Formats: sequence, structure tokens, C-alpha cells
Amino acid sequence: MKKIYPNKAVCIGCHLCEVACVTAHSKSKDIILAHNVEKAQEGLAPRRNVAQEGPVCVALSCRHCEEPMCVAACISGALTKNPETGRCEYNEEQCVGCWSCLMACPFGSIRRHPVKEKIIKCDLCAGRDMPACVEACPNAGLIYEDRGKD
Amino acid sequence: MKYVIVGNGVASVGAIEGIRRADPDGEILVISEESTPTYGRPLISYLLAGKIGPERMPLRPITFYDKFKVKMALGSKVVSLDAKAKTVSTDDGNTHPYDKLLLATGGVPFVPPLPGKDGSGVYSFTTLANAETLVDVAKNCKTAVVVGGGLIGLKAAEALHDRGVKVSIVELAPRVLSAAFDDKAGGLVAKRLAEVGIDVHCGTQATEIKRDESGTIVGVHLKDGSFLPAQAVVIAIGVVPAAALAKDAGIKVDRGVVVDERLASSDPAVFAAGDVAQAKDLILDDNRVVPIWPNAFNQGFYAGKNMAGADSPYLGGLAMNSIAFYGLPTVSVGIVNPAPGEAGIELSETLDEENATYRKLVFKDGKLVGYVLVGDIDNAGLYTGFIRFKFPLDADTKAKLVSGCPSILQWPEGFFDEKFNPVGAQEIV
Repeated sequence: MKKIYPNKAVCIGCHLCEVACVTAHSKSKDIILAHNVEKAQEGLAPRRNVAQEGPVCVALSCRHCEEPMCVAACISGALTKNPETGRCEYNEEQCVGCWSCLMACPFGSIRRHPVKEKIIKCDLCAGRDMPACVEACPNAGLIYEDRGKD
Repeated sequence: MKYVIVGNGVASVGAIEGIRRADPDGEILVISEESTPTYGRPLISYLLAGKIGPERMPLRPITFYDKFKVKMALGSKVVSLDAKAKTVSTDDGNTHPYDKLLLATGGVPFVPPLPGKDGSGVYSFTTLANAETLVDVAKNCKTAVVVGGGLIGLKAAEALHDRGVKVSIVELAPRVLSAAFDDKAGGLVAKRLAEVGIDVHCGTQATEIKRDESGTIVGVHLKDGSFLPAQAVVIAIGVVPAAALAKDAGIKVDRGVVVDERLASSDPAVFAAGDVAQAKDLILDDNRVVPIWPNAFNQGFYAGKNMAGADSPYLGGLAMNSIAFYGLPTVSVGIVNPAPGEAGIELSETLDEENATYRKLVFKDGKLVGYVLVGDIDNAGLYTGFIRFKFPLDADTKAKLVSGCPSILQWPEGFFDEKFNPVGAQEIV
């Protein structure tokens, strides 16, 4: 399956991937409304986040693992592995905000929704051909491709 | 190939998904005493609290069983296992043959020999049926006593309180949650429970459930001499592996059904997973019964793959619990209460009682082996990673973990690319 591979050698920590993620997951799909209105009103937040440690940075999100720990830990059925697409899918309706997945994911890829008792995680931009973060990266620091299993 | 799975908890769902990774067509039959398809068992406290409706209980969509080509025999209890003939028999008179059998029978609530326990008004809290019963009980019940201050007891207490019942918790240990968490975390949780009006009686135990002449419960006597009036008692002390089937069939049982790295029991055609299994632990490198949800799924998943012929060793479970009490989130992973004087152990504890936050890290031989977080749990997953991958820690990284700032960029060189940017990374630059 196609996944997003982050390359820390070329990431400059510009956070444009986060901006693109927020816009793509907004209702308005408008960069200004998404950031200046929806962020404050609805707790819209990026599903990809730049990690920084000294001069090194890299933009991280869900790896869509072959054997996802989050799915194993999910008590509500909100997280499932789609056997056809390989994606780790999240159904917000089912989530009860128990944070089991957040605890279980050893990659720290799951976050709490800023206002709801729900989680947020990368959905590989369901419905788009190319994830917004990959499109927005000015450095090819995020590559979306199929490298075989996992 | 014919697979039979006894039980329909989360290990059963894990097994179905595991079998189908390796065998798309083999016949799968799930036999379960419970009459509903697999539900999120921990959700029973959400249901009892009225936070979710029954439609939210199923763990997988109703189409799941068709899609994975699974036959279900629900409301049917397996009463015997004939390991020689490779059959199981049910209480409705059926006999089902198998090529590979998975025992995913879970645990049964432990009920101590407490005077007055037999009769109406005493409940367990481990099944959907228990939760449905308690929803009705709560309608006509003013006060209740929960015996047991562990995770199940506390969630039962919280949920009953949400239904308007005045609840008291009785716990033998000096603190609630003392096993899965630790004293300080237990203290913060107890404080939160007291704030909302749940009574917590620690360091004592129930000695008798008192009934009137008609047999109706009137309250609970405690060892410390006090008496707690109540119309209902929930016993939530713990669960013991439901291993009788295996034992009677001559399969090796210690505390639970003893399984190898493939989750196979002493009988190569019989596997076990979940709360009934005594399987490998990632940190202790020993077989343990660790009755927690993610282990049950993973054991089921690996058992399923191995039953279907994949040679897929189970790397071991990691004890973990995430649970919130009235908005106070708590997470506990790995070894959180090391034995006093254990060699190579180093502890770091950061407690802020005012803000109800607590962070405890347990290191052993220079590696992180466990942690507790209360209040601020956002970095839980990253800490779990350090435990799961068993990274040796230098002083700088350790200091960062202790200060509450773990990062994937602190991983050893090479491991990041292996996990996040394998093969092809070099060509991109």
C-alpha cells in the first residue's frame, strides 16, 4: 500500500505540512478560515506534527502499521485495519475517548482532540489522491509511495 | 481446515483477523455462551453510566462476520473438550469437530466466601448482561457498595454514581488502584472520587453482606467495625482464568492455560489467548496471566495466524491500562511497582497534587521498563515506545524522559529510518 515516508535529512521544520493538514481537514477547506476560525471554534488540529530535537526535525504521523497496536488496544471498535486498503481507519462516532490507543501506539502518532473526548490521527487524506501534507512539502521531505509491506 | 473458537471476547476477534491473514477460506466457527456478537467489554461502564447507548457496543460492524466468513453459535456453552477426537460439545447437545481450536474463554469473576453473598442483590460487573441488569437495579437503588477498588470496581462505582446511586468502595489495600497503578496515582484518583461524592474505604474489607428476614440486602459490615447501608453490592475483586475446559481435557494449566510462543497449548491443535492464557510477557520474559484488552487482541491475532499455518512468534504482551475517572486520565504501562530492593531499578517521580498530575518512570538496567501518568497523558505512546523497543538510554535521553519530554528523535540512530523511512531513504536525498 502507499504510505507517507518522512525524511529527516531534508525536513527544515517549516510546518507547512501541518498547515496543509489543518486546511484539508477543515470544513471550509479555506486556509484562513481553517486556521483563524475553525481551530479556535472546533479544535481543528493537525494530524501530522513536526518533532524537533536540536537542529534535527521531522514531520510525523500515523504509520498505518501492518500490525497496529492502536487497533489491538481500541475498546470501542473506532479503530480498525482495513484488510483491502491496509489503512488504519478511525471512526470518530465510535470513539469514547478512553486513550487506550494513545497509550499503546509506540510511535506517539495518536493525539487527543483539543476539545472533544475523541482522538485525532492521520487518515492519509481519505478522498484525496495525494495527501495534503505531501503536496505541501517544499523539500520532498514527505514521500507518498508503495514500498511493499509495512 | 476447520477452526473453532470458544468465546467471543476481543481475543476471538483478533483470532478471526489473524486467521484470515494467512487463510482466506478455512471454515471458522465461533461458539459463545454470550448471546451477542463481540462487544467492547470495557464499554459496559460507559453503558451503565449512560454515556453511550447499546448501539455503540459492538466491536466490529455487523457485516464483519459475513465479510470474514465466520459462522456463529451464540448462546451456546461449550461443556467439554475431547482433545483426542478433536471435538467440543455444547450444552445444547451439539458436537463440533475442529482441526485447530482456540480457547478464548476469558476469565470468571472471583467471588470470595463472604457471608451473605448468596441471594439477590449481589452482582458482578464483567459482561454486557451484568451492565444491563445494573441499569435496572440503579433505578430503584439509593445506595450501593462496590467490593474491590481495582479498575473494574472503580469504573462500576463511577457508573452507578452517574445513575444517581450513592456509592461506597471497599478496598483491602491501603489505596485504590494499588496493583495496576501505584499509591500516588491511587491517591490522586481517590481524591477525585471523594470530590464527586464517592466514599472510599481502604485498608479494610467486607466481612458480611447483611440481609433482613426476607433476604433483602440492608448493608455491608466491614472489618473496621463500620456498617455501610446498601440495597445492592457489586463484587469486583478480579477475574480468574476460565481454564476448566482445558484442565479437564488434560491440557497443561498453571494459573491459566500455558501456551508457547505460537500461543499453542500442550496440545498442538489447541491454542489459547486472552484472559484464560498464560502467555509470554515482553518485559518479564516469563509466562504470565495479564488480563488486559490489548494483550487479548494480540494473543488472539497471533494464535489465529499460527493456527492458520503462519510461523509467527508472539513477542510477548505488555501490561497497560488507560482509564479516566471523572475527566482525570491515568495511564500505567509495564512494571510500575518494582519489588523493594530489586537490583538495577531506578525510579523518578514527579507529583503535583494541586494540578493533579503525576509522572512516574521506572528504569531497570538503564532502560525504561514502566511508567505511570496521571493528568497529563499526551506523551504516553512515546514512553510506551521506549519500553517496547527496549532502547538503552544515555544520560541526556534519560534526563529528557524524566523531565517529561520524550521524542522519537531521541531514538538510537538508524532505528528511526528503519521504522519510518525504510528502503529508498537514501535515494531520495
